[in-house]
This record gives sequence, C-alpha cells and structure tokens, in this order.
Amino acid sequence: MRNVVHPLLHGVVPPVQGSAFLVSLISLPFLAALASLCLPARSRNAEAWLVGVTMLILLVLVAFAYPGVAHGAALRRDIGWIPELSLSLVLRMDGFAWVFSVLITGIGLLVVLYTRYYMSPEDPVARFYAFFLAFAGSMLGVVTSGNIIQLVVFWEMTSVFSFLLIGYWYHNAPARDGARMALTVTGVGGLALLAGGLLIGHVVGSYDLDAVLASGDAIRASNLYLPILILVLLAAFTKSAQFPFQFWLPNAMAAPTPVSAYLHSATMVKAGVFLLARFWPVLAGTPEWFWLVGLAGLATLLLGAFFAIFEQDIKGLLAYSTISHLGLITLLLSLGSPLGLVAAIFHMMNHATFKASLFMAAGIIDHEVGTRDMRKLGGLFTFMPITATLAMVASAAMAGVPLLNGFLSKEMFFAETVETHTPSILDTVTPYVAVLAGTFAVTYSIRFIHSVFLGPIPADMPRTAHEPPFVMRLPVLLLVLICLIVGIAPGHTIGPFLHSAVLSVLGDETPYYSLSVWHGVNLPLLMSTIALVAGSLFYFTLKIYLATSEEGPPLIRRLRGERIFERVMVSVAWRWARLLEIRFGTRRLQPQLLLVISVAVAAALVVLLRGGLGLPSPWSRGVDLLFPVLWAIGIVCAIGAAYQAKYHRLVALVLMSGAGLVTCVTFVWLSAPDLALTQLLVEVVTTVLILLGLRWLPKRSEEVRQPSSIRATLRRYRDLGIAVVSGAGMTLVAYAVMTRQPPQTIADYFVERAYSEGGGRNVVNVILVDFRGFDTFGEIAVLGIVALTVFALLRRFRPAPDSVESPFQQQQQTGPEDEATSGGDGSIASDYLLVPSVTMRWLFPVIIMFAAYLFMRGHDLPGGGFAAGIAMAAAFILQYMASGVRVVEEQLRVLPVRWIGMGLLIAAATGMGSWVFGYPFLTSHARYVDLPVIGKIPAATALLFDLGVFSLVVGATVLMLIALAHQSIRRLRASGIPLSQNAEAP
Amino acid sequence: MELTLAIGIGVLTGSGVWLVLRPRSYQVIIGLSLAGYGVNLFIFSMGRLRVNAPPVLAAGGPIDPTLYTDPLPQALVLTAIVIGFATTALFLVVLLVSRGLTGSDHVDGREP
Repeated sequence: MRNVVHPLLHGVVPPVQGSAFLVSLISLPFLAALASLCLPARSRNAEAWLVGVTMLILLVLVAFAYPGVAHGAALRRDIGWIPELSLSLVLRMDGFAWVFSVLITGIGLLVVLYTRYYMSPEDPVARFYAFFLAFAGSMLGVVTSGNIIQLVVFWEMTSVFSFLLIGYWYHNAPARDGARMALTVTGVGGLALLAGGLLIGHVVGSYDLDAVLASGDAIRASNLYLPILILVLLAAFTKSAQFPFQFWLPNAMAAPTPVSAYLHSATMVKAGVFLLARFWPVLAGTPEWFWLVGLAGLATLLLGAFFAIFEQDIKGLLAYSTISHLGLITLLLSLGSPLGLVAAIFHMMNHATFKASLFMAAGIIDHEVGTRDMRKLGGLFTFMPITATLAMVASAAMAGVPLLNGFLSKEMFFAETVETHTPSILDTVTPYVAVLAGTFAVTYSIRFIHSVFLGPIPADMPRTAHEPPFVMRLPVLLLVLICLIVGIAPGHTIGPFLHSAVLSVLGDETPYYSLSVWHGVNLPLLMSTIALVAGSLFYFTLKIYLATSEEGPPLIRRLRGERIFERVMVSVAWRWARLLEIRFGTRRLQPQLLLVISVAVAAALVVLLRGGLGLPSPWSRGVDLLFPVLWAIGIVCAIGAAYQAKYHRLVALVLMSGAGLVTCVTFVWLSAPDLALTQLLVEVVTTVLILLGLRWLPKRSEEVRQPSSIRATLRRYRDLGIAVVSGAGMTLVAYAVMTRQPPQTIADYFVERAYSEGGGRNVVNVILVDFRGFDTFGEIAVLGIVALTVFALLRRFRPAPDSVESPFQQQQQTGPEDEATSGGDGSIASDYLLVPSVTMRWLFPVIIMFAAYLFMRGHDLPGGGFAAGIAMAAAFILQYMASGVRVVEEQLRVLPVRWIGMGLLIAAATGMGSWVFGYPFLTSHARYVDLPVIGKIPAATALLFDLGVFSLVVGATVLMLIALAHQSIRRLRASGIPLSQNAEAP
Repeated sequence: MELTLAIGIGVLTGSGVWLVLRPRSYQVIIGLSLAGYGVNLFIFSMGRLRVNAPPVLAAGGPIDPTLYTDPLPQALVLTAIVIGFATTALFLVVLLVSRGLTGSDHVDGREP
C-alpha cells in the first residue's frame, strides 16, 4: 500500500480567484450563532438541530471544495477593505487549511451530536451553542485567513470564545479561574502574534499571506528575524500549551466535556501548531528555530507524558497527553526537514481523531458514573462494554499500537528523530527522549484502560453505570472507526488529502514519503516495540502506587505552573497596580484638575518660549470704543461670577448669564448670527436648568465663614496664580493668532460649494447638516445619550435630608391666611405673577411658530435644527413655569423619549436613504419646491436630516428639564404634603 | 478689537480655571460654563474677526469667498455650544445626585 506522488507531476496551481464558498464558510457560523441566541435558552432539541444542520452544511461545503484545493491549488477571495493601507479581507484555502476545515466542521458536527445528550436540561444551551458556533467560525477564520492582520483578529477571537466556553458554567469557581487563565495566556500570545505580524509586514511590505510565504529568504535574512521568530513562537506556544505555557490546558478542563473534546483536542490547541506549520516555509530551517522550537517541543513532549501518568482525573490525564502530543508535533516541526513537516501534519490529523473520541468517552463515563477520579473507577467494562471497547481502541491509537492511525505518525516521528538534521547535542538526545516519551505514552494509555474499564469495581463508585444513549456514543464510534481505517489502509484513505496539505505548505520541496503500515524490520519499529514493552512494564510497577496516590507526579507535585502564574498575576494586576495607584493616584478631583491644567499651561509655555509670538502693537489696529465697553461689562460679570459662586449662587448665575450675553453680542458683532442665536437660546435653557437645581443645594451663608488656615490661604493664592497665568496665556495666544494673516484654509471650499452642492445659502447650516452631517449625527446621538443618562440618574434621586423640607419662601407663602382661603401650600402666591403666567400660556403657539420659522429658514438664513429645537423646548418649559407640572401634563402629552427616538431615526433614515440611490451614507440632494400660498421653499434631503436634529434636540432638552422639575412633586408626594400648582412651578 | 476680545477670552478662561479648582461643585459648574464661553470664543476667533461678513450667501451671482467670514469655526462652535449645554446638564444632575447620596456638595463627596 503505497501512495507515491512525485512532486514534479503537480506544479503549484495559481489561486483560483473569487469564491462565494469561502465567504459563506466564514459568515454562516456567525449568522447561525446569532440565530441560536434568538431561540429560547433551554430549547435543547431546536438548538441541536440548528447547530447540527449548520455544521453539516459547513462540512458538505468544505467537502465539495476539495477539487479546488487538491494537488497544491488554492481558493482565494479578496474583499477590498482599506486598499490605501493594503488592508483587505483575504480568504484563502489551500490543502492544509482544507484539512483543518474538515477537522473543525467534522469534529464540530460530532461534538454537537454528543452535546445534545451531554448537557443537562437545566443548562441554558442557547448560550453554549452560540459560543460554540462563533468559536467554530473564528477557527475557520484562522485557517482560511489570507492576511496576517486578519489572522490575528480571528486568533484573538478564538481566545475570547474559548474563554466564554471554558467559563460556561460560571457558577463554579474552577471554571472561572480556568477560563481566565486560558484567556490571559492565549491572549498575551495573540498580542505577540500581532506584534510579530506587524514586523513581518514591515519586512515584506505586505500583510498578504501569499506574499509573506513567498519571501522566506528576505525574512530569514532580515535583522528583525529573531524578534519575529520569538513573537510568533510566543503565540504558537501559548496557544498549543507548549512548555513553559502548558499549565493553562489542565486548568481549562473545568470546561464542559464537549468543549474539551472540541477545543482541547481537535481545534484551538492545534491553532498553535497550525501557525508553526503555516509559517514553516518562512521561519524554519535556521539554528534559532531549531533550538527554540526543538527545546520547547522536547520538554513538552517528555513532561506532558510524564505528568499524564500521575493524573487521577481522566480529563487531566487526557489534557497532559494532549500537551505531550502537541510537543511531539512541535518537535517534528523544529527539525526543519520536509519529512518532519509531513509527519507533523499527519499527526495533527491523527491526534485530533483519537483524542476527541477519548474526551467524549471520558465525558460519557463522567455522565454515567458521576466521577472522573480514576481511584474511584474500575471494572466499567462489565457495565458499558461498547463504550469501553471504543475507548480502549482510541487509547491504543494514543499509545501508538500498530494498525491504528497513531502508530503510523509515531513511526514517522521515530524515523525522523533518528535522522541527523542539525548536528548538536539536542539532535543526539532526541531519539532517546522520543523513546522515553513513547514509553510514558504507553504507560498512561494502559493506565487509563486498566483503571477505568478493568480491575475490581471500587466500593465507593458513585453510581452503577450503564451504556449511554446510542446517539451519544455515535460520535465516538465514528471517530474510532476513522482511527482504524486510517491505521489499516492509510494510502487509500488519508493519503491524497495529506498529500494536498503537504503540497500546499511545501510546494516544490515536497519530499518523497511512504504511508504504509509495514516498512520491514527497521529502527523505528524497534523503538516502537521498546516503548510498548517498557511502557507496559512501567505501568505494572507503578500500579499499586497509582491506585492510592495523590494528584500529580511525585516530588515535583508542588512545582505547578498555575501557582507561578497566579503569583505573577497577583503581583502585576494587584500589588504593583496598587503601589502605582498609591504613589501616583488620587481620588480627589482638585489635585487631578490642578495637574491637568498645570500640564496644559506648561505645555503652552514651552511652545511659547521656544517659538516666540512676535506680537504686533495693539495700537496699530483700529479702535472701536463700544466693543471695549461691552467687554468691560463681560469682564466684570465673569470676575463677579467667580467671586460670588460660593456664597451667592443666584448672583453668580445671573452674572454668568451676563457673561454669556456678552459672548452672544460678540457673535452678532463678528458676523456669526447662527452662533448668537444658538447661544442665546442655550443660555435660556441652561439658566432654567440651573435654577431648578439650585433648590437642592445646601444653604451656605457668609456669616459662618471661619478664619481660614494658612494652608487654605496658600492654596487659594496658588490657584489664583494658575488662573491668572492661564488667562493671560489664553489672551496672548488668542491675540497672536487673531493678528496674523490666516493661512489657506478649507473655508473657501465650503463657501463656494454650499449653494451649488448643498443647496443652501447659510454656509454654517450646510456644513452642519450636509458636509459634516456624519459628525452632527454623532453629536446628536451624544446629546440623546446625555439626556437619557440625566433621566436615569434622576429616577433614583434621593435629596439630602436638609433639602427635603419646602424652601423658606414656599413656607412663607402658606401663612395664617391658610384657613381663610382654604388653599394649600403656597396659597398666598396663587395669584402671583398672574398676568405674566397668562401671557406665557398664550405664548405657546407663538413660540412654536417661531421655532418652525427658525427651522424652515435654517438652510438659507440663520436658524436651523439646533436653534429651532431649543426654542421649541423653551416653549414647553414656559408652559411648565406658567402652570406647574401637573396642569401641563394633564393638558399636553409630552413624550420626550419618543422625540429623541424619532429624531435619531429620522436622521439615520435620511442618511441611509442615500444608499437606495447608490450614494454613500448621508449624501444629500437639494431642490426648491413650490408650495401654494407659502411659496418657494428649499427641500433638500438635508432638511429632513435637520428635522431629525430638531426633534432630538427638543426631546433631549425637554427630558432633562422635566426630569429635574419633577423632583419637587416626587418629594412632596413622598412626604404626604398636599400639592398645589405653584409648588411645582420652578 | 482683537486685543479686547483676547483680554475677554483670557478673563473668562481665568475665572473659569479659578472656579474649576474650587472645592464646591456649584463653583465648578459655573467655572465650566465660563471656561466654555472662553474656549468657544477662542475657537471662533481662529477664523479671524470680520465685521458685517456673515457666511450667508447673497442670492444669485458668482460667489466670492473673500466677502464672507470663515464658516468652519462657526460650525464647530455651534455644536460645541449644544454639547456644552449637555455636559452642564449632566454635571448638574451628577452634582445633585451626589449631594443626595453623600449629603455633601464637595467635589469629592465628603468634606475634607
């Protein structure tokens, strides 16, 4: 049985362009994951059908793609993303990726079948299946990425979904810890891969995998080779649990068994060795590669096998055995010989089949007996003969017994270790270590079989086992059959696929190799025999000890990787972080602000001192007398507000508004009517808002002022100094800029195009709703979020105890006349400001009209959505002020949250509307429409967008104001005081 | 005119900075608003000061950009005014809730 394909017969076929198959392969799992989340959380049958059928479709898709990847050909699909940065999504499948895709989808399908019976009806399986599918999708993404950055993204996604799957039973602590450890270790590896990928991109000049694979010589010759190698190896070793990062894998065994069977045998841990094999043509063959990869592989191979012997947990044994087998693959890859690569790929496939079946068998045992502790198990063959037979065959494959697939790749491994590749001590010891590890593998395989299925039945076995449902056993059966068939007739079954895989990695370097069971009596066969005999003997020497021993190997039981990991984590994430926080951090606001401001001032000073300003004389400019008078008022207001803000809040507020008004007049003066309008309206609502808030602040009177300490006085002088310096600095900088000739700006572009392209004469408005519409969209979204936050914060508002009572003024209004007028709270003032309040009520339609006017003219004249929205909000607020909360809400249905929602929807829909016509988001179209009576009005789509802005601004402003105004009634309702109209009036 | 406005901006900013560094949350609110005026005027003034040249295009005829003031800083400031209002509102409510929870109107939620 020989399958010999001469490499020269099949040249490497160029990649086939464009394949919808690859896109559906990547997108289907994620879509199905979303669908699976939509099903009820515990609908195990519907979920299993959905996920099973998805996996089956994926498997069939992959199977039909084989002709496209056979004989060294590859499928490729480029999707342009950011071509300027040479970033595009490239999906690429060659023979090697195909083999992995079959493993991912095939074993995935079997695991789904198995999961249906494994999970308890109480488990929320929707979440499990969604993560499972998303993981499968990420894994497919890793193997079919044709771009290194994309590879890193999918790589990290596998880490994240593996974290979620390991921690699926988040109520138990080992699952959480194991998940966190796996994420930390593999996540760090992913970051290393990103750095390595960027370096590779830097050397090659492209992130495209085909380009990278074609420039192996350039990478190996580059002086960045060693950093690249170390970073890529860090990623591969963490993912594939290679020494010294092996510790996370045994801890990840807290995951549900289907996860272990899928992630920790067939897929995720294989991603590391996949990466090594993928970059093998680029990175391998140097002494650095040989030593780094070889040492890690050798250590992992031996330690994993040795540790596996002494595990008492079945899954622990399998986990260490997985580590050891991954070490074997790594060691094969380290040799740098094409034959080693062939053996490595072959062993990746074989290991996935037998180890997945073993994990599932372990799950069946756990499921049926209730324990995985081998000290409490025994003689299960009597109860479950079929499962036992299957598990025994799979273990034999793991041990490397002839006529099973594990034997074939192990023979190839032994043959490779005997060869001399790089003369060195490492090369010399490798065959001996290989035989020793083979011996250990036999020992732990026999141990598994003997202590679980044979021997006496322990008295403390939790419950009597019986065979699992047929469908739960079916996946194991199928995988074991594959082990057997491949083991007996490799050339006719796996041969062509293996060859395609090898050809796609090695290309013309593909060596001659023979896949057959019998090669005659030779050295590898002798090594296998020694391992089998010695392993059996070793087990029978250890048997008595193992039956009662503690978990873990003797003597070095205390030396555990996860302890060191925990130490490091505690130091870095807790102790050092705390130390830094204590040394450099403060939770007090004032020092933080002081730091921010000082740094800003210092940075400006540095620039100033280095560059200088070159100020012109102020007298050379024209002098306008009125403007300085205006600003004299503004300055007095600002300083007054600063001075009064502590003890006289209302005065400060009035003075602040004064400064605001001066700002507003300045805008009018200096040709910014839009700004003036908006500023004025915002000023109104801000004042109302702060007035509403004043009522909840504590009383503070100047009389109780205590003589301040020296420290406080010094602090004040320091702050004053900083304030003066920053003010003076702003003056200098502003003056320097204003007196300079403006550079060529993009202003002309906007002015010239506002009418011709935006259809509006008010350039500011056209910029907002058209040219920079996307920014405005983001901005109104922020406004909406702020309003909702304010609303949410106030729903749970509890006033401070000293603010609960009615304010002094309101108490005064409920005077002795109370009984006479039979009125309630504030009855004296019931007619207070009667005329203004009637006027305010009647102003409602007028202001609405004004807002509509502002809105309609916005595109051509000062106005627009922002200003109109705030004016509209002011109309509502006036009603509240005139009549009180209750009366207004009896008469008007004010639904600010709907206004916000409608606003965002209108703006978004307007933006998306341009997609219908094939333009990018928010492309506007403008024309004038002739309406009867009203006349010509502008009807740009930007106007619709502005309508969204308007609606959102109304909603947000009203929501904030009302939420605050409502606090007064809530308080009264809570304290049982009867309500009257004016009590709520702000 | 430039000098006057520059001094105005400086005073607004300085008063704002002084207030922002004070311990009472109401002072910080007033300070932020004052500093906001200063910063808005500063950004606005980056387009240079022009009198009687609003960026509202005359109807008909070719458009000469030199006749109009720079509209871009104005558009930026317009959104800044609205966002400034939102932050003031948010800060005010956080202040009130914090005072309700802690009983203190100190910026750190407790008296020093």
